[in-house]
Amino acid sequence: MDWVNAVVQGVLLGGLYALFAAGLSLIFGVMRLVNIAHGDMVVLAAYLGLSVVATLGIPPLMALVIVVPLMALLGYLLQRLVLNRTIGRDILPPLLVTFGLSVIVQNGLLMVYSADPQKLGAGWLEVASLQFAGLAIGVLPLLTFVFAVAVIVLLQWVFYGTSLGRAFRAVSDDGDVAQLMGLDRRHVFGLAMALSLAVTAVAGVLLGIRTSFDPTGGAARLIFGFEAVIIGGLGNLWGTLVGGVILGVAQTIGAQIDAGWQILAGHIAFLLVLAIRPAGFFPRVDQ
Amino acid sequence: MSNHTVTRASRASTIAMLIMVPLLILLISAPFWAGRAELRLMGEICLYLSLASLWNLLAGYAGLVSVGQQAFVGFGGYLLFALTMFADWHPLAAALGAGVLGLLIAMPVAVLMFRLTGAYFAIGTWVVAEVFRLSFAQISALGGGSGTSLAVSVVKRLSEDRSMRESLAYWLALGLAVAVLVVITLLLRSRTGLALTAIRDNDVAASSLGVDVWRTKFVVYIVTAGLTALTGALIFLQKLRISPDAAFSVNDWTAFVIFIVVIGGIGTVEGPVIGTLVFFLLRETMADLGTIYLIVLGVVAIIIMLTAPQGLWGLIRSRFGLSMLPVIHRVKTITVREPENGP
Repeated sequence: MDWVNAVVQGVLLGGLYALFAAGLSLIFGVMRLVNIAHGDMVVLAAYLGLSVVATLGIPPLMALVIVVPLMALLGYLLQRLVLNRTIGRDILPPLLVTFGLSVIVQNGLLMVYSADPQKLGAGWLEVASLQFAGLAIGVLPLLTFVFAVAVIVLLQWVFYGTSLGRAFRAVSDDGDVAQLMGLDRRHVFGLAMALSLAVTAVAGVLLGIRTSFDPTGGAARLIFGFEAVIIGGLGNLWGTLVGGVILGVAQTIGAQIDAGWQILAGHIAFLLVLAIRPAGFFPRVDQ
Repeated sequence: MSNHTVTRASRASTIAMLIMVPLLILLISAPFWAGRAELRLMGEICLYLSLASLWNLLAGYAGLVSVGQQAFVGFGGYLLFALTMFADWHPLAAALGAGVLGLLIAMPVAVLMFRLTGAYFAIGTWVVAEVFRLSFAQISALGGGSGTSLAVSVVKRLSEDRSMRESLAYWLALGLAVAVLVVITLLLRSRTGLALTAIRDNDVAASSLGVDVWRTKFVVYIVTAGLTALTGALIFLQKLRISPDAAFSVNDWTAFVIFIVVIGGIGTVEGPVIGTLVFFLLRETMADLGTIYLIVLGVVAIIIMLTAPQGLWGLIRSRFGLSMLPVIHRVKTITVREPENGP
């Protein structure tokens, strides 16, 4: 029963990892940019949630109403003012600039919020659980998973059902031609980053309710999101959910064997997938 | 009548070579004129110079942007401790052994990581570093998560005398930095270097001209890993204490190194030298500021990447056409006086 429980918890944990991964996958799909500061953005969103909760005295989930647009705005400005200047054939500038951003955000958070671990208190939501077939399923992990599925459905709809999605796909396929067709590439990239950080905001707040966080936690979140993307297959949004679930299950099973093995087991699962199926389980087929 | 010859040397590089000899003698004699704190700082500068030059070779020449070189720094440090404590090796032999083992372990790592390209390769190397960190934290004989210190008996095998030990540590660091610079300069001048430059500029074109892209990158990756592990061993021989968080710190062994190279000038041999000097100058004047110092470094690196991607050395070079450690060929016009009764 312990093992079944570990798998169920792992699947639900995978929802959170899918949320880390979706934002990463989205911007890579649109502009071939890998944001090394992505994990730090997750942590930044958690801290913004903390500030909103502290000033307005509202429950953390309601803080999303403020944190999501705030992060989206930040994403748009970041892309327009900084990252657009790095987009090009050379992969070095975007990598190094986002790496610098990561260090800046991390140390900025250290200065403002100190190194003390923080948590978003959500009262009953943190402890509530449902009894199902002898398993105790936490309401919060379940809610996180539902959020993940909802976010992916939403992103799929944006990508394949709206004119914004058409613009995303156009600049992704051929930026120069898209530009000639009247799309402002810089603006489209800005919107993509805004959407990515909006998803990140959801991930950050849910993370903050789930566990305590501190300014140095960004690297781990980037790595989990990245592993989910690679396991699931590049460029496939549903793949990120599958990748997240596989990573989550590997971690909870690892933890079931030995508490010190939790994170290591996830990394090993990732390396195994890389060795056996380097393209991931569901790579985008049109490439 | 004018003739052309192809040469690597320029006036600047000749002057640089002439200056380098007395400079090297001055640096070698440092233990006789520098205080203990200065000697330690100079040793640290040498070790960072070595790390920065190696990362530059990887990212600036082979196009392998790794953010996981701390894997090999920590691996080298831990192997130094393990080989001296459990196998009873002499510290110097252990440091060399750590380098060789670092090169060997880099082989399977490279095979796996080369399946990822570009930015994904970067994060992949970070995962590897995390795997190394978590694995070493599991080894209780090496102190587990809290780390361990190098036994006094091991340290004394270097030398009984403390000041002699400190001089030795400095000479090792200096020797390593010089060796790394020499190896990189020679490598870049060789066929492999030419292949690397071709790959960096356009890997598809390079491979169509018969360059084995995978193999060339593989060789550079494992050589860099081995030398990075050796550097790591010397770093922790100086520190005498190791823990997983210190050994595999992404800030200390990768972030600082990247900033050094970006500020100095990526893809140039001289860049890391300038960058290391600027970095330590900033650190010695701003270290009290703590986290602000890191933020300033990050901002400076971003501004340089966006406005002058060639770094400080690139600015100097484009202005004066200098090249201290020349790796490129240049065409030089020499005028030959025509003899009276020419053939």
